Amino acid sequence: MSIIALAPDYESKVEPRDPLKNFHGNMLVYVHWEEHLSFCSAIAFPLPPVMPFGALVSEVIAPHYAAHPDASKIDWSKAEWMIDGEKKTPDFDASLEANGMHHKSLVRFWTPGLSGVAFS
Amino acid sequence: MSGTKKLALRQRYEYLTRGLDWETTYQPMDKVFPYDSFEGIKIKDWSAWEDPFRLTMDSYWKFQAEKERKLYAVLDSFAQNNGQTTISDGRYANVLKLFLTGISPEEYQAHRGFAFTGRHLRGAGARVAAQMQSLDELRHLQTQVHTISHYNKYFDGIAEWPLMHDRVWYLSVPKSFFDDARSAGPFEFMIAIGFAFEYLLTNLLFVPFMSGAAYNGDMSTVTFGFSAQSDESRHMTLGIEIIKFLLEQHPDNLPIVQKWVDKWFWRGHRLLGIVAMMMDYMLPKKVMSWKEAWDIYFVEAGGALFQDLGRYGLKMPKYADIATAEAEHISHQNWAVFYQYTHAAAFHTWMPDNEHLDWLSEKYPNTFDKYYRPRWEMWAKMEKEGKRFYNPALPQLCQTCQIPMAYTEPGDPTTICFRSTQYKGDTYHFCSDGCKDIFCDEPEKFVQAWLPVHQIFQGNCGGATVPDVLKWYHMNVGADNMDYVGSPDEKLWNEWHAEKLRQAG
Repeated sequence: MSIIALAPDYESKVEPRDPLKNFHGNMLVYVHWEEHLSFCSAIAFPLPPVMPFGALVSEVIAPHYAAHPDASKIDWSKAEWMIDGEKKTPDFDASLEANGMHHKSLVRFWTPGLSGVAFS
Repeated sequence: MSGTKKLALRQRYEYLTRGLDWETTYQPMDKVFPYDSFEGIKIKDWSAWEDPFRLTMDSYWKFQAEKERKLYAVLDSFAQNNGQTTISDGRYANVLKLFLTGISPEEYQAHRGFAFTGRHLRGAGARVAAQMQSLDELRHLQTQVHTISHYNKYFDGIAEWPLMHDRVWYLSVPKSFFDDARSAGPFEFMIAIGFAFEYLLTNLLFVPFMSGAAYNGDMSTVTFGFSAQSDESRHMTLGIEIIKFLLEQHPDNLPIVQKWVDKWFWRGHRLLGIVAMMMDYMLPKKVMSWKEAWDIYFVEAGGALFQDLGRYGLKMPKYADIATAEAEHISHQNWAVFYQYTHAAAFHTWMPDNEHLDWLSEKYPNTFDKYYRPRWEMWAKMEKEGKRFYNPALPQLCQTCQIPMAYTEPGDPTTICFRSTQYKGDTYHFCSDGCKDIFCDEPEKFVQAWLPVHQIFQGNCGGATVPDVLKWYHMNVGADNMDYVGSPDEKLWNEWHAEKLRQAG
């Protein structure tokens, strides 16, 4: 469905506010640790598309979840990943882009055996 | 017959509105009223609009002046008696901070919206009613600011409310709600604010705040509530009038009105999540739980309303069942958001004490012990160990409601609900099917949303670090934000309390 607007050419004047070009060379990436609802929602980062997936894990994901009592027990080699709705086995050495990620991709991961205190 | 006989109210009203709806001749009517046809609403006969109040300007002025006199007398006496020291607990002041930063600016937005609508509807009855409501809303803002300004002398987080409303991440939720309504056409605005907000959901906003004030010794806020109440009944009448009028005018209006009712019910439900959190977590003395309020004011009263509107073919809003199921969860999920982002909020947070936890367990027997109490107990334990839990990253926001995507899958409270769609090559994320549907109906509008987290990353909010952004928010770090325990608010409250005990001997 398209908008019903006063101006007949309204659609041509629309400027989306969050295109890739507005993020100074970075792309938006959302990350969520499943079964750990202490983190109330997925978290957002502007990241270079050429960043290796392994660096995303060690430099971005791990430190931002470190406050959780389960964090120190994570075995990253056993983590299960879902990128934009598809189960994936990411290549840690390849870039985010090469792993099929794009601007506003959502990365969800599960840590088998770790599910917080009642999923918190 | 005396020539000076006073006219009856009805006659005075007829003189007031007489000839206001003349047919223009120098310019075509469609140019004089350019906004009231593009939405597709068909009006055959504007004169069928009955204004049940028939209030003239002079009687309006008289009523309002009388109410103002009473209100300001109460406010004076509250100040002279140091009423701020006899509220239930210092924590209560945070309810007022939330109200002044999150709700009062929307009174102003409603004022602007009704002024616009009062100009652009073609019927004189509707125009006069909308203009009266526009004045009411401005008065509500003013009385709220005056009432809460007294608390501003003592408590933090209140002083910068207009600027914060334009900048602070969670205040973009109510702001964008009203921006959406005000940038729609006049009929959608009337359904959005006049019907969905002022009729269907108003009791879920004002009753909790005003009863909360009464239960917690805040007589000044109770009084502005009373002062607004007679206006609210006029607004509710206008809300129900507009929906019946549109549905009676033409059968083609039904699907348009139904779409707006669906949209604004869902948007209102999301917005009221802050009220849910306020009721269940922020009131030191509880009135009732959010779930109880939802059952009374939406399930029962709303159910009866839609049964009545059923004769026009209007159905219960889409996703009303999901919203009712969420009433068991949203207050807890929202409080979790503010607890972990307390460093970026202009009011204080805390973990409930044992008595409060037991109250929540009793009020939410299906959900609290299973899903939320363990989290709160874990966080309380971490607090005791000196490892108070904060979320150091910025949250993913819903493109439509702009709330952090903290809500769970319908039927699965352990999994976050993720929805997304593609529009012109870009991805957009949503917290729910309700918010996704709203976007998909008008993507051109919602791709322009000013999402605070994305704006920070684009460099439009004062800088790249949290302290930079808080400075741009005009947040007085260490006073306005963080936990109540250890705050200057708590220190002051404890001093007042100690002084009272000392005086009592």
